[in-house]
This record gives sequence, structure tokens and C-alpha cells, in this order.
Amino acid sequence: MTEFTSWDIVRNLLLAVRWTVVLSLIAFVGGSVVGAALLALRLRGGKVAQRCIGGYVQVFQGTPLLMQLFLGYFGLGLLGLDVSPWTAAALALTLYTSAYLTEIWRGCVASIPKGQWEASTSLALSFGEQMRHVILPQAVKIATAPTVGFLVQVIKGTALASVIGFVELTKAGSMIANVTFRPFTVFACVALFYFALCFPISLFAKTLERKTNVSRA
Amino acid sequence: MSAVLETTETTTAVGAPVVRITALRKSFGTNEVLKGIDLDVLRGEVVCIIGKSGSGKSTLLRCINGLEEFQDGSLTVDGKPLLHESAMAMRALRQRVGMIFQGFNLFPHLSVGRNVMLAPTLVKKRSGADAEAQAKKLLTRVGLAEKFDAMPEQLSGGQQQRVAIARALAMEPAVLLCDEITSALDPELVGEVLRVVESLADEGMTLLMVTHEMSFARKVSDRVIFMHQGRVHEMGPPAELFGSPKTPELQQFLSSLHD
Amino acid sequence: MTFDFWAVLAEWPLLLQGLAWTLGLTVVATLVGMAVGIGGAWARAWGPAPLRWAVGVYVELIRNTPFIVQLFFIFFGLPAAGVMLTPITASLIAMVLNLGAYATEIIRAGLQATPRGQMEAAVSLALSPAQVFWRVVLPPALKKVWPAMVSQIIIVMLGSAVCGQISVEELSYAANLIQSRNFRAFEAYIIATLAYLALAILARRLFNWLGPRFLFGK
Repeated sequence: MTEFTSWDIVRNLLLAVRWTVVLSLIAFVGGSVVGAALLALRLRGGKVAQRCIGGYVQVFQGTPLLMQLFLGYFGLGLLGLDVSPWTAAALALTLYTSAYLTEIWRGCVASIPKGQWEASTSLALSFGEQMRHVILPQAVKIATAPTVGFLVQVIKGTALASVIGFVELTKAGSMIANVTFRPFTVFACVALFYFALCFPISLFAKTLERKTNVSRA
Repeated sequence: MSAVLETTETTTAVGAPVVRITALRKSFGTNEVLKGIDLDVLRGEVVCIIGKSGSGKSTLLRCINGLEEFQDGSLTVDGKPLLHESAMAMRALRQRVGMIFQGFNLFPHLSVGRNVMLAPTLVKKRSGADAEAQAKKLLTRVGLAEKFDAMPEQLSGGQQQRVAIARALAMEPAVLLCDEITSALDPELVGEVLRVVESLADEGMTLLMVTHEMSFARKVSDRVIFMHQGRVHEMGPPAELFGSPKTPELQQFLSSLHD
Repeated sequence: MTFDFWAVLAEWPLLLQGLAWTLGLTVVATLVGMAVGIGGAWARAWGPAPLRWAVGVYVELIRNTPFIVQLFFIFFGLPAAGVMLTPITASLIAMVLNLGAYATEIIRAGLQATPRGQMEAAVSLALSPAQVFWRVVLPPALKKVWPAMVSQIIIVMLGSAVCGQISVEELSYAANLIQSRNFRAFEAYIIATLAYLALAILARRLFNWLGPRFLFGK
């Protein structure tokens, strides 16, 4: 049996961190695009659109991410597509992110005082002009902190992709733990790597939140 | 109960009324808030609307610029009827009718100058330079020339409300609706806002004001309307309405103000 | 592409058992986790500096690492340090620690929102510090943060799906077992997902009713 140094463990885990980061970014960016589109639909569309998107949000917020990943993996497979764990994870996480982000952003737009809508309407601005010049600039300021905070959730969510076989940090950890028979060290390292990724972002989000609260007070 | 009083002073010289309201009815759900309003507002007239809270004053005002939709009756501004379904018609309406709100509603992320410039730039397609010149002129008019680059949060309530007036004036409206514009102000700031409004009245702006400032109404308005339970209860020149109220409801309202 | 949902629904005893396990885990984790949260919140608000720091470290560690990693560390990692745990015990500990950290933060926010006057009034009435905390400060704080607390409980309940990976026989494990037998993976996961959704909706209603009833009054 070969002897594994701690450095071997750390080095292999570091290589896997790449995939965690890449998957997180794809899900976050993709989810933002889809979430923004959904938000536009929600604001402009009628009751039907709003109810449908509300249902979409409820499904993603009311079911385990693990199940969403399983369904993505096996569901896509059913359509005859040869799906790798990577594609399934990217798709499921993107949709998951889009649901949460559209809800966060909807809340931010809703928190803009009604008077802002009324004043801009009274000045004969069209809906598009209202959104672009009055509502969204204010909503974006409010939305920045929780959106950055959600990135942490996305990074943590990528860990579940390990269950459908995608080799990111957690899966690499499981595999290395099996080979080295040092699960305590390995999983402690895995946890610390996630912490190193997430904690700075959490701190940043907290700073942003403090800033927006101060400016609104 | 209400009858349209044809004032003899200026009608024939000016022509058709700027705002014509006929048999207007509005309900919120099952609650009927406006129970048939008939009102003509002539160009250059200053009309003050008074009444208890819940009498429908603000709702009436908000119907005139389309912030509230009414169910029955008709409303014409400058000869053009209000069509809720047509976004274009509503946009055209709001270029003729300006509104000042109790809560100012300045855009917090834009400077004072940009607040005033926004609508003319977007809606009237004015060039940046033109809009800026106009904004500076209007801010001077309301006494806030030096605040062009300030942010709304740096201003007092009275100053913010004056900016709101400048912002509405930038669209060169035919009618200005004022919805309790001093009710949210500290008492010592009310005067500066009312002075601006009075100067607008002196220049011939058509004003429709919901207000609690009775002395102001008495001094500046051509006509005062007392609303009660969704109807125009009494209407007439201020001296008449305040001096010799005809109905018990108005008498009660006026005496309650002095408590 | 044909679907055979009946093949999955025929295994309803397994599904029901899985549901029961999920619920059971959640209930126990909620009770103990909230106790941890109340203790942690108190420590963060009024404890001595070292304790405040320690709780802070605990909270940040949990909140910035994935639940599955916490679970694996407890179940796979601790035995190497001499602590052997059954899958159920490991799951419960992981869920309790996880919920406890979030509950600490949520309840702390509620405690800090208590108007100073409330505490001063209670102390003036000669209530002991413990009484002030349990009877005057905590109930309104819980009431204020209850929606956030319930949301977090549901998050932990949905997160428990991962415990099936260490062979706890909860709902996701049941779905996995069923699909390994009849190869109806998609149907099995759809049904399990719908069951989770129903659970989430019902649990929210249940906790919204339980809170006022037992914890903090109308």
C-alpha cells in the first residue's frame, strides 16, 4: 500500500476545486440570465405568467436539490440524449439558481415604494423607461447583497453533483478518502476548501448588505 | 346634490374647460368611493378640494391623471377623453397633467437636476443641453438653483417638495394636480412650498389642490369644493364657502378644524 | 418513451416508510436544533467574549460548507478519530449541527430586535435574568423570526435527502431502492420529488400553526 502524504491529498483536492468553481460560475451566470428573463416576464406578463413562474419558484424551493439533480440526469437520459453528469448538473443547477434569483429580485423590485412607480407614471414615462431609469437602478442596489450571498448557496450546491458522478471537490474527496483510508483528514480538507471559497464571499455580501442598509436608513 | 356652477367671470373668454368631469363613479371592490362627480375646471382656475379623509378627494385627483381607473362617467382633459386601455393616450394625457405627491416621490438615485431633466429627455425627446437649461431655470424658479447637483436625501422636506414641483413643471403641463402636498411637511417648511404654489397661481397655472391648508385655500383659490362621502357637497368661492357654509356637514367639518 | 408510474406506486409501503423517516429525522433535528439555536443565540448576544467567538466560528463553519460534506465528515471522518456512529445518529448530529448554526443566527437577529424597554421593564419587576430571557425576550423574538425559522427547517428537511447516501432509509433512499429494482428511475424520482413538495407545503403550514400554539402565543 502506497503511503500518501498530506500534500498528495491537498494537491488532488486542489485540482478538483477547479471543477467546483467552473460549475458554480456556469450555474450562477446561466441562472442569472434565466432569472432575469423570468423577472421581466413576471413584471410585464399577465396573471397567467405570474402564476406559472410562481409555481416554478415553489417547485425549486420546495424540493431537494438532490432530487432536481437526479431528475435532470435521468430525465435528460430519457429524451435519448447521452447526458454526462456534468451536463445534467449544469442544467439542474442553472434552473435551481434561476428560480431562487428571480424570487430574490422580484422581492427587491417589490420593495421599491409604490410612489416611485406613481411619480414616473405621472411624468408620462413608458413601462420600459420606468424600469430602465427609475426602478431597476434602485432595485439593483438592493439586490446586490442577497445575490452575492446566493453565490455561496450555489457553490455549496455543486457538492451534490458528486452524487450523480460529477467529479468535483466532494467526489474527489470521497475517492481520495477511499484510497488513502484517511477520511478524517480528507473530509476536513474538503470542508476547509469550501470554507476558503465561501467565507470571503459571505463576508463581502455582509459588507454590501451593511452598505445598502446604511444608505437606505 | 351637486350642480355645476357656471362661474360668470372668465368662462367665455377662455373657452372650453381644461378638465371636464361628468357623472364620475369609482369603486374599490364593493366600496363606492366616488358617487357621481360633475366638475368643470377652467383654464387658469385654482380649485381647492377639502373634506374629511375618506371623502374621495385624493381618489378624484388620481382619476384625473389615470393613476386610478373609474368605472362610470367620463373625464376629458383639454378636450381629449381619458382612455385607460390606450397606453399612448395615457402617455399623452400625462404630458398635459402633472402631479405633486404628499410623499414627494423624488427619484433617490438621481441628483436634483437629473430628477427634473429625466422626463423631458425621455418623453419630450429634449436634448441634454436643452433639458439641463430648462431644469436650471425651473429650479431657480422654485428657489433651489444651487441644489442642482445635490441628491434628494440631502434636502429637507420642503426643498424636496419644491424640486417635485419643478420636476412636474418641466413637462409644461396644462393642469397641475396637488395631492396634499404639504401634509407630510414639518410646519415651518409648509410656507416655502405654498409660496411657490401661490406664484404658480399668479402666473395663471390651472391648479387642482387637495389640501388641509384652509388659510391658503381661502387666499389663493378661485373656487373651493367640499367633498363628503364621495360627492361634491358644496362648491363656491372661498369667501362664501368658508364664511357662510350652507350644509351642516360643511359647518361641522369647518368647526372641527379649529379644535 | 413510456412511463410506468404504477410500478413505483405499487411500492408505496417503501415510500411511506421513507416519508416517515424523513419526517422523523426532521422533527428530532428541529427540536434539538432549535435548542442549540436558542443557546447559541443567547451566547452570541450576552455570553462572554471567548464563548461568543467560539459560537461565531461554529456558525461560520457550518454556513460556509455544504451539508453533504458535514455529513460525510461526521459519518466517514469521525470513525478514524475513534468515534463510531450509526447512519441515523450521524445524520441526526449533522442535521442538528446544521440547523443549530442557522437557528443561532436567525434567533440572534430576533433577540437583538427586542426593544430595550422590554428588558428594563422586566428587570424593574424583579424578574430574574433567566425569567427575563425565557418569558419576556425570547417569545416575541421567536414570533418575529418564525417565518425565517420555518423556512430554514424546511431547507434542512429537504437537505435530509442526502442522508440516503449513507443508507438512512428516508425518502430519497426509498426512491433509489425502488428504481434499482424496477429501473423506473425517472418515475421514482418524480414521485419522490412530489412527495417532498407536498411535505414542504404541509410542514410549513404545520410549523406556522405550532409556533403560535406552543412557543410564543398569538
